[in-house]
Amino acid sequence: MHNKIEQLTQEAKKGRISRRDFMRHAAAIGIAAPFATSLLGQSAFAAETPKKGGHLIAALTGGSSTDSLDPALSASNVPFNILRTWGETMVDISPTGEAIPWLAESWESSNNAQTWTFTIRKGITFHNGKTMDNNDVAKTLQRHSGEDTKSGALGIMRDIKSITTQGSDKVVVELTGGNADLPFLMSDYHLVIQPNGGFDDPAAGIGTGPYKVKVNEPGIRHVGEKYDGYWRENVGHADTVEIRVMNDQTARMAALQSGSVHFVNRVAPKTAKLLGRLANVEIVNAKGRGHYPFLMHADTAPFDNNELRLALKYAVDREDLVKRILNGYGTVGNDNPINAAYDLFNEDIEQRAYDPDKAAFHYKKSGHSGPIVLRSSEAAFSGAVDAALLFSQHAAKAGIEVKVQKEPADGYWSNVWNKQPFCASYWGGRNTQDQMFSVAYKSSADWNDTKWQRPEFDSLLAKARTETNRDNRKEIYTDMSMMVRDEGGAIIPMFNDFVDAKSTKVAGYVVDPSAELSNGFALIRCWLA
Amino acid sequence: MAVDNNSLSTLVVKRLALGLLLLLAISVLIFAGTELLPGDVAQSILGQSATPEAVANLRAEMGLDRPAVVRYFTWLFNILQGDLGTSLSSGRDISSMIGDRLSNTLFLASSAAIISVPLAIFLGMVAVHYQNGIVDKLISITTITTISLPEFFIGYILILFLAVNWNILPSSSIVYSDMPFGERMLAIAIPCITLTLVVLAHMMRMTRAAILNVMNSAYIETAELKGLSPFKVIFHHALPNAVSPIITVVVLNLAYLVVGVIVVEIIFVYPGMGQLLVDHVTNRDVPVVQAVGLIFAAIYILLNMFADIMSIIANPRLRHPK
Repeated sequence: MHNKIEQLTQEAKKGRISRRDFMRHAAAIGIAAPFATSLLGQSAFAAETPKKGGHLIAALTGGSSTDSLDPALSASNVPFNILRTWGETMVDISPTGEAIPWLAESWESSNNAQTWTFTIRKGITFHNGKTMDNNDVAKTLQRHSGEDTKSGALGIMRDIKSITTQGSDKVVVELTGGNADLPFLMSDYHLVIQPNGGFDDPAAGIGTGPYKVKVNEPGIRHVGEKYDGYWRENVGHADTVEIRVMNDQTARMAALQSGSVHFVNRVAPKTAKLLGRLANVEIVNAKGRGHYPFLMHADTAPFDNNELRLALKYAVDREDLVKRILNGYGTVGNDNPINAAYDLFNEDIEQRAYDPDKAAFHYKKSGHSGPIVLRSSEAAFSGAVDAALLFSQHAAKAGIEVKVQKEPADGYWSNVWNKQPFCASYWGGRNTQDQMFSVAYKSSADWNDTKWQRPEFDSLLAKARTETNRDNRKEIYTDMSMMVRDEGGAIIPMFNDFVDAKSTKVAGYVVDPSAELSNGFALIRCWLA
Repeated sequence: MAVDNNSLSTLVVKRLALGLLLLLAISVLIFAGTELLPGDVAQSILGQSATPEAVANLRAEMGLDRPAVVRYFTWLFNILQGDLGTSLSSGRDISSMIGDRLSNTLFLASSAAIISVPLAIFLGMVAVHYQNGIVDKLISITTITTISLPEFFIGYILILFLAVNWNILPSSSIVYSDMPFGERMLAIAIPCITLTLVVLAHMMRMTRAAILNVMNSAYIETAELKGLSPFKVIFHHALPNAVSPIITVVVLNLAYLVVGVIVVEIIFVYPGMGQLLVDHVTNRDVPVVQAVGLIFAAIYILLNMFADIMSIIANPRLRHPK
């Protein structure tokens, strides 16, 4: 009977059965109600107070012996997660998508969002004992925005005209044009504040975060040790945290199953359900902003005809793709790169559904006949070729012949993507609607991979950028989303979840849509229960 | 003074010279092989964001725009001076990157060798003693089964039982420099068993065959007639005379343990040369791939040479080829 109770408690913990079900099952195996309630209280539904101490371990893919601790060069999963343990940025994004204070305690804008003044928190020290001040912040921003910087944050720093300090605790950022989203941009994970901006030793790993870098063996493991002078109480519960690089899927899952690590990232959707059934493992998935589009070039025949684009948009069974390609770990897309994970998203935009009749109607109206070639490769996303084949079957029901051409993974991004008029692709999503639209949908964007040119869209984008009233901005973004949805060149059938897993031994996990593993904060937010 | 063409030292020098020549030929092959890899490092570093200008700039910066022949000789010349070059993707010195990794790989390989070689020879002798009996058959069937399975499969099966189901050994084998010895041994236990199972059969079968070969000789009969115990006959009389082919096979397997462990290192996340190689092939980091390839080739050639020399020592007849 003890096993049964244990199993029930686990199920309740994972949220698979409700409180009421728990009580019913408990009664069925002969546990009196008051005792069952206390069982629940002890384990599953108790208000949780963090426990201090212990050693938290994450086994992650996306690390290699070529990784550097320099925040500017951080580009894959492991460097990102390490950065989160030792470094902090000025602004944070909350799990609900708002920009919230971090090392900056407040900010304000003037001059139509062209001048931004950040007030930097006082009394925070770096791991080397130096007090963090506005000079360090300004220097950091300068290092990431210099002409010759290799920083991954350069793209978002381009519109900055000047960065200056003011008084003892203020940093003033002057932009070339207004941008109401600047605080969001400052939350970019590369922009970790370093002593003197990291000019002296960018890869020293010295920041203001809860853990000091103790061991740094790129491609093997990284260990952080609690920094005694850390300023926040609500994160950094374990004494030490460790990241082990395990690029092999099976090795990672075995490590979690055998209980030798507490977190893993990138669980394959195919095996996630099986893994989640184990008593000591819990799947934690977050609905992120990443999506798997089929991109049509709106300036190339036959895709220059919006009727044909609409026909193809109606001809894809989104639910089927989410079910079979993502195994349910994802949500349907609405031919619009913006979903509920974005701030200022409009929930009321009507969801496009699979409709072979409408597809056939628009297809006939387009006047096109003959096969349409769709290029796909595993390089685009895991299961991309299968997704294209399914799409082809969905479209066949509407009388549209989509011919799938499999492309080699090598060179897919250079030879097919952004070059061929119809192909499968992947977008990781951005922090704000402005960034997402600017990087891939603005007419002049380098990566305008649908070759869609709409001056009206571009002017709306510019207008929203300097609009500081949230309601007005939301309205503009809704209009833009509608334009992309109804006229754009991207078929966006699905958004993929971040699928990670954790051991049931750890508590305090927060589902966060910004990035994998609780936006990289799993090691500092969680504790050993 | 007449030079004895068949003296041991002359033979060793000859073998060494031959080995060096072979290594040179291999360096050409490695270089040509990496040239043939599809895509290039600039392209793979830039990924989705590659523009033609950026690729061209990066290629020029890395010297990839020079002709292959020029690059080969520059590379060879540097290696002869002990400079393996710098990694393209991280800019780090390759020699220092390889140092730890090589010692990790050698550590794993020698641990597996310490277990597998005596075990294989012992099992071979046992098999001879019980020739064609149930024990002999059992040994043969088991070892041949384990050699027939791919090593990643054996690895995963061992992980499933030893680590996941029974939880007695760690599933991954991450080791680091200041790790206590006991922990380190525990960490490499499963890959060690995997490798042992993979190489056991070959050595065991060869031991068995080589000893059986001499078991019909007159001196074995003499030994038996002297009244020696069967095991003594095998160990003291048959084994020393059969040792030459056994050494060859053992050393070949040692070479396999060092250079063939790539798959095992990957599935157990063991930070050795194999993992380093795979990391850098993925990044198209050619200098590292070439350096690792060359080191593997050198180890292989050295061990083979060692096998030759050892069998010549063990079997003086080989010193006088007809």
